[in-house]
Amino acid sequence: MRLLWLIPLLPFFGAFANGVLLRGRLSKKGVWMVACGSVLASLLVAVLAISGYLGSEHYAAGEPFEQQVYEWIPSGFLGIDDGTFADLSIEMGFLLDPLSCVMIFVVTFVGFWIHWFSVGYMDHEPGFQRYFTYLNLFMGMMLMLVLGNNFLVTFVGWEGVGLCSYLLIGFYYDQDFPPFAGRKAFIVNRIGDFFFLAAMFALVQRFGSLNYERVLGAIEHSPAAVQGTYVLGLSFAAFVALAIFGGATGKSAQIPLHVWLPDAMAGPTPVSALIHAATMVTAGVYMVARANVLFQLAPGISEVVAVVGALTAIFAATIGLAQTDIKKVLAYSTVSQLGYMFLACGVGAYGAAIFHLMTHAFFKGLMFLGSGSVIHAMGGEQDMREMGGLRAHMPWTYRTFLVGTLAIAGVPGLAGFFSKDQILASTWASSKLLWIVGLVTAGLTACYMFRLLFMTFHGEFRGTPEQRDHLHESPPSMTVPLIVLAAGAAVSGYVGIPRLGRFDVNVFDHFVGRVVAHVGAGHEHHASVALELGLMALSVAMAAAGIWLAWHYYGGDRGLAEGERWAARLPRLHRLLANKYWVDEAYDKTVVRGTWASARALFRFDSGFIDGFLVNGSRNVTVATSVLSGFFDKYFVDGAVNLVGWLSQAGSRFFRGLQTGLVSQYALVVAIGTAVLVWFYIVVRLGG
Amino acid sequence: MGAILEVGTLHYVVLSFLLFLVGVVGIIVRRNMIVVLMSLELVLNSVNLNLVAFSYANGDLTGQVFAVFSIAVAAGEAAVGLGILVALFRLRQTTELDKATELSG
Repeated sequence: MRLLWLIPLLPFFGAFANGVLLRGRLSKKGVWMVACGSVLASLLVAVLAISGYLGSEHYAAGEPFEQQVYEWIPSGFLGIDDGTFADLSIEMGFLLDPLSCVMIFVVTFVGFWIHWFSVGYMDHEPGFQRYFTYLNLFMGMMLMLVLGNNFLVTFVGWEGVGLCSYLLIGFYYDQDFPPFAGRKAFIVNRIGDFFFLAAMFALVQRFGSLNYERVLGAIEHSPAAVQGTYVLGLSFAAFVALAIFGGATGKSAQIPLHVWLPDAMAGPTPVSALIHAATMVTAGVYMVARANVLFQLAPGISEVVAVVGALTAIFAATIGLAQTDIKKVLAYSTVSQLGYMFLACGVGAYGAAIFHLMTHAFFKGLMFLGSGSVIHAMGGEQDMREMGGLRAHMPWTYRTFLVGTLAIAGVPGLAGFFSKDQILASTWASSKLLWIVGLVTAGLTACYMFRLLFMTFHGEFRGTPEQRDHLHESPPSMTVPLIVLAAGAAVSGYVGIPRLGRFDVNVFDHFVGRVVAHVGAGHEHHASVALELGLMALSVAMAAAGIWLAWHYYGGDRGLAEGERWAARLPRLHRLLANKYWVDEAYDKTVVRGTWASARALFRFDSGFIDGFLVNGSRNVTVATSVLSGFFDKYFVDGAVNLVGWLSQAGSRFFRGLQTGLVSQYALVVAIGTAVLVWFYIVVRLGG
Repeated sequence: MGAILEVGTLHYVVLSFLLFLVGVVGIIVRRNMIVVLMSLELVLNSVNLNLVAFSYANGDLTGQVFAVFSIAVAAGEAAVGLGILVALFRLRQTTELDKATELSG
C-alpha cells in the first residue's frame, strides 16, 4: 500500500525509457518488453496495494488511504468566500478507496492485456516504439487520474489522457483523416475541460482546497452550506455538479459532446479498445461517482445527468443499428453504454454505474480487440459488408467475440446481465419513463451487436478473393488477451449478483457503496423479490427480442439482402440513422462555420485595425520622431563632440610649435620670463 | 687713505650683474655644451659674488657661508653636467646642443 506512488510512475518510466532514453536504440522485442513489463509491474503493485488496503485498519474504519508524495503547489494564504483565509496547498498525493481500487484494477488489468495484444497487432506497423511510448504515457496519466487525491492531480491525468488520446488517434499522421479526428477529439474535450476548470475554481474560491477528503468531507459534514443560491439561480452544489458533469460529457462522449468518439476510431484498434472503450472515456463516470455528494445535494442536476445519459444511450444505440463500419458500431455502442452509466449515476446508483464501468471495460475491450483481430486478418478492411463467414477462419476470435456480444446483450449469466440489470432496477425505482428508455436501449443493444456478429462471422464471405486468401487466425499474442478478457466478461459479473430480498451477496455494491456519501434523502431501494425478478425477466425478454430481430434479418446465410430490404422500406429513417442524425453536419454548419467566420472577422480586425492602425501607426510615429532625434544627434550632439575634438587639435598644433627641443631657446624664454618678473617686481611693488 | 676709487658694494653688484649678463648670454647663444656649462658657472659665481659682497657690507657671515655651500653644489652640478656631456658625445659624437632636439614637437 505504501507503494501506491509506483503505480502511475512505472508506466511513466516505461514511456520515458521508450520515448527518450532508449529512443530508436531498442529492438522491437526490447520495446514491447519495456512497455508491457512496466504495465505488468504496475498491475502487480496495484494488486498488492488493493490487497494491502483491504487488510488495513483504514478499510476496517471505512476510511480511504491517503498518500502525500510531496507538496506540489504551496501557494500560501488566500481569501475565500466566507471572509477567512485558507492555506491553499496542493499536494501531489494519491488516494486509495474502494472506487480507486476498482479503477486501478480495471485500468492496469485491461491495460496490460491490451498492451500484449498490441504487440501482435502493431507488429507490421511503422512507429512501433512511438506507439508504445504513447500507450505507456496514457497508462500513467490514466492511473494518475483515478488515483489523485485532489481535483488538480486528477485534472493533470484528465488532460494527460486527452493528450495521449489525441496523439494515438492521429497515430497514422501521414493519412488525411486521423490527424483531423485527433484534433476534433482534442478540441471537443477541451470544451468539457473548461467546465472542469470552472468547477475547480469554484471549489478553491469556496473551500480554499482541492483535496477530495477535505472538500467533499466538508460538504458531507455540512450540506446546508452548499445549498444557498450561488450563481445563475443554481446552488453551489448544483453549479459545481453541473460543471463536473459538463467536463464528463466531453471526456465520456455524452450528448452534445459525443461527436469526437466515433471519429476517434481512426486510431489503431487496440487504442480504441484501451482509451475509447475501457478506460479514458469512463473517466467522466468516475468523476461523477467521485463527486457523488455534490450530485446528491443537487437533485435537479442529477436529473439532468440521468436524462442526458438515457438520451445518449438510446440515441447512440439507434445509430449503431445502421452503421456498416465494424469499429463505428462498437464506438456508438460505447457511447450508448456510457449513457447507461450516467443514467445510473443520475438515479443515484453510483455502485451500479461503477459496476457497469468495470464489466463494460472487460466486454467492450474484448470486442474492440476482437474487431482488431478481424481487421488484422482482413488486411485493414473495416466494412462489415465485405466480411461474413469469418467464423470458420478465426475460431478463437469468433468464440471470444461471441462471449463479449452475449455479455453486452445482457444474456443471463454473463457480466453485462448483472450490471445492466442493476442499472435498470435502480432506474425503475426512480423514474418509469427513463426505465422504458433504458429497456428499449437494452433491446437495441442486443440487436445491433448481434447484427455485427452475424454480418462479420456468419453467412458467406463477401470480400475479394485476395482477402479470402489472406484470412487467418491471429497469433497467440493476440488470441491470449482475447481469451483472458472473455473470461473476465463471462465471470466478472458474479461479484455483483443482484440483491433478492434477504438474499444479499452483492459484494461489489457494498464495496463501492462505501464511497457514496450519506446525505439528503438517499436512493436506497429495496424492491420486492417478485418485482426484481419481473424486471430481470423483462430485460432478458428485450434482449431476446433484439437477438431474434438481428437473427431474422442477418442471421444464418441471409447475407445482406434482408437487411437492405428492411432499410429500403424505411429509407428516410435509414438515412437519418446511417448519417448519425446529421449531428456532425449540424455542428459543421453552426459551430465550425461560426468559428471560422468569427476567426475571419477577428483576422480582419487584426490585420486592419491592430496591424494597420495601431502597429503601423505607432511605427510611423516612431520613424518620424527617430528622424528628428537623428538630426539633433547628428548636428547638435555630434557637433559639440567634434568641436571639442577640433579645439584640442588646434591647441595641440599651436603648443607643438613651441616645443623646439632647442635648449638655448628654452633658456632664452626663461631669461625673458625672469626679466619680466623682475621688471614687474621693481615697477609694481617697489616703484608703486 | 684717499684713493681714486673707493671700492664699495655697488661695484661688486655691478660686476656681479655684468658677470651674470655674460653668463646668461653665453647660455643662450652658444651651441657648444662645454661653453654653456662654463657660462652656467659664470652665472653661479656672479651670485656667489653678490652673496659675499652683501655679507661683507652687512657684517653678517651667513651670506659667505651660503656662498661656500653654493660652490660645493656648483661642483656637483658641474660633475653631473659633464657626465651628461660625455653621454651625449658617446651617442652623437658631438657636443653641439642643437643636434640634441629629441623633444621637438
